[in-house]
Amino acid sequence: MAEKESALLMKLSSAPHIRTGDSVTVIMWTVVAALMPAAVYSVYLNGLRALIVMAAAVAAAMAAEAGSQYLLKRKLSFHDGSAAITGLLVAMNVPPDAPVWMVVAGSLFAIIIVKQLFGGLGFNIFNPALAARAFMMASWPVHMTTGWHRFSQLNSLSGSLTNVFGLPPEVFDAMTQATPLTLVREGPRILHDFGLGAEALHRVLFSPEMLKSLFIGNVGGVIGETSALLLLVGGLILLVRRVITWHIPVSFIGTVAAVYFIYYTATGFEQAGAATLFQVLSGGLFLGAFFMATDMVTSPVTGAGMLIFGAGCGLVTFVIRTWGGYPEGVSYSILIMNALVPLIDRYVKPKVFGT
Amino acid sequence: MSPTFRGGIHPPESKKVTEDCEFSNLSIPSKCFIPLQQHTGAPARPVVNIGDIVTEGQLIGASEGPVSANVHSSIPGKVVAIDTVPTVYHLQRAVVIEMEGSLSASASVRDKEDWRGMSREEIIQRIRDAGIVGLGGAAFPTAVKLVPPPDKKIDTLIINGAECEPYLTVDDVLVRTFPAEIVEGIQITLKALGIANAIVGIEDNKGRALRVLSGAVKGAAIEERIQVRGLKTKYPQGAEKQLIYSLLRRKVPSRGLPMDVGVVVQNVGTIYAIREAVAFKKPLFERYITVSGDLINRPGNYKIRLGMTVADIVEECGGLKGEPEKIIFGGPMCGVTVHTMDMPVVKGTSGILFLSKKQVSVEDFGPCIKCGRCVKACPVNLMPCDIASAVEVGRLDLAEGLSVFDCIMCGSCSYVCPSRRPLSHFVRLSQDRLRKKKK
Repeated sequence: MAEKESALLMKLSSAPHIRTGDSVTVIMWTVVAALMPAAVYSVYLNGLRALIVMAAAVAAAMAAEAGSQYLLKRKLSFHDGSAAITGLLVAMNVPPDAPVWMVVAGSLFAIIIVKQLFGGLGFNIFNPALAARAFMMASWPVHMTTGWHRFSQLNSLSGSLTNVFGLPPEVFDAMTQATPLTLVREGPRILHDFGLGAEALHRVLFSPEMLKSLFIGNVGGVIGETSALLLLVGGLILLVRRVITWHIPVSFIGTVAAVYFIYYTATGFEQAGAATLFQVLSGGLFLGAFFMATDMVTSPVTGAGMLIFGAGCGLVTFVIRTWGGYPEGVSYSILIMNALVPLIDRYVKPKVFGT
Repeated sequence: MSPTFRGGIHPPESKKVTEDCEFSNLSIPSKCFIPLQQHTGAPARPVVNIGDIVTEGQLIGASEGPVSANVHSSIPGKVVAIDTVPTVYHLQRAVVIEMEGSLSASASVRDKEDWRGMSREEIIQRIRDAGIVGLGGAAFPTAVKLVPPPDKKIDTLIINGAECEPYLTVDDVLVRTFPAEIVEGIQITLKALGIANAIVGIEDNKGRALRVLSGAVKGAAIEERIQVRGLKTKYPQGAEKQLIYSLLRRKVPSRGLPMDVGVVVQNVGTIYAIREAVAFKKPLFERYITVSGDLINRPGNYKIRLGMTVADIVEECGGLKGEPEKIIFGGPMCGVTVHTMDMPVVKGTSGILFLSKKQVSVEDFGPCIKCGRCVKACPVNLMPCDIASAVEVGRLDLAEGLSVFDCIMCGSCSYVCPSRRPLSHFVRLSQDRLRKKKK
């Protein structure tokens, strides 16, 4: 009898006894899947080289995760997808021609220094992939800022520039080996040296054809930033699957658009609308707003906090792009705002029901 | 759009299993374990001795103190022991009765009395005598709820038919089976409160119950104002504060009670029991429950005697298909797991679930990834992630600052957590420790 009774002892647990299907692993691999449209297109555009860079970065990130978890005697969770995302984003933040050893170094830095040494998943302050980008930018600036223009015959920008200006080859090279964002900053200066005004350049850059190229993805840039359209598709996947909420992408992109429109209008720029659109579609804004600023660990937990965070990212991006030392400010803006997340979370709390 | 509240979750409803199961009676058990405390408040005082012969519905435990409830025998027979037994409220003293004699005294055959001629006090006294407590699960003594302090002006009675817990269908079937009785129960309760306004809230996934009850209200041609309202199907729609907000847009103040906003909330099952107690003088010794889960052979909605054990119920319901991972009293969101089949059903038991490993969560938990899903899901706007992290490192002061005592224990935060963190458990833990510290 006593035996029978003890056999009937059931497991006790605290309510609730059921859980939703979305585990960390499901969420993380969903993000990887959502990056695929842009990643695959980038391979089509930039060739196998881009694939090798991405594969190496992902492999290095997962190996670094497994290795540090083993050495730190933590539970092995390198396969939960979070290291894969970091690796993939490290690769998507470098030019397609970047050396493989550099992205491997970037991935190791991201996982070991930025993530695991801060306590592993959930405890890092900065987005590991972006911190790695900053690290690579500081260590190997040449590799990080050249070697992205590999498809000139496809590129409406280079065609337009030769036709319009009939520039000598070295000027052409100087201008087209750049991303559109570099061009909008440096172009007027270069043209000035040749006694040309900036208006023609602006006419080209802010033309409907150029904006279309930016949107579809037919311009120079890092592996992941080429197609705003496909990044948007990935972002929508994340929104529909409820991996992310609308707050950060909308406030980030919305702030960039609003601030640029005000800026262009206030400085008396004729094509304020088109120029604003150019700024929104260029560079890593969509990649940053949908895939990096939304990193759960390094962004605020409340909706209101996310809006503040996104707006801050947008503002800092504008400041860097306009007056800073780099043509692109998305990644640094997110890193700067990452540092403010604990502060935002501390002061932006929802009002408790009935208070 | 049906009215609703902010936050909440949409767990799988799992109601298909039993929603079409009409009520049937389970055989009367030969032995009942009747705990002396099946309610919030002080335990009842036993008024029988070992060896006494009791009839069905006889008082065996008398209410002790202002917040307490009478307890009655659910079967005729002999008191064989007054012993400590495991119950869902930890260990309790219980009167153990072995069946003897006949069931002739069954209260349901008694003549109906005209409650309209009774005074408010008389009605409330009958409810008190019958040992009625909230049958939705909280088991707060009903008579106490019906007599609010004089400074609290009540204007609305809300009847909770939301039944937002997955699996449970007993309230749904009750409303569909006894709509006229529910309407009469509402009238009686309104009279007890001395008010004329009642709203029944039912989630809109129970369209049949909504239709049937609306029909019964229209057909009754009554002076009272009784509304039947569909609510958005969302957990925890049936939580008191959320229900009041959904129906009346009134916010029960932090750590306050429904009466602070002029409302008394009663579950539909309680309303049904109130009618039986007042019109038939029937004590609360049986109730309807849902027996469900993937491991019970004959799931359904059954009328059972209080004090019947899980083992007897399993036998009556055709046995189990396999060894359950968990046996749950109540629903899977708020329910309590039990460790033994000897556990007796009590007044607050709305259902018993037998769930396999596939149906319940048994994963280990990981670190917080700060996704904010718990914050979005919390119907009272707490930050469960921060509370849990504070409790984990022993910072009760931080937890208290995060309003842990406003938690309604709905479990939505734990449900959505992708790291499977037992967030509501951490909140409960902090409440417990803070209470102990203050003593």
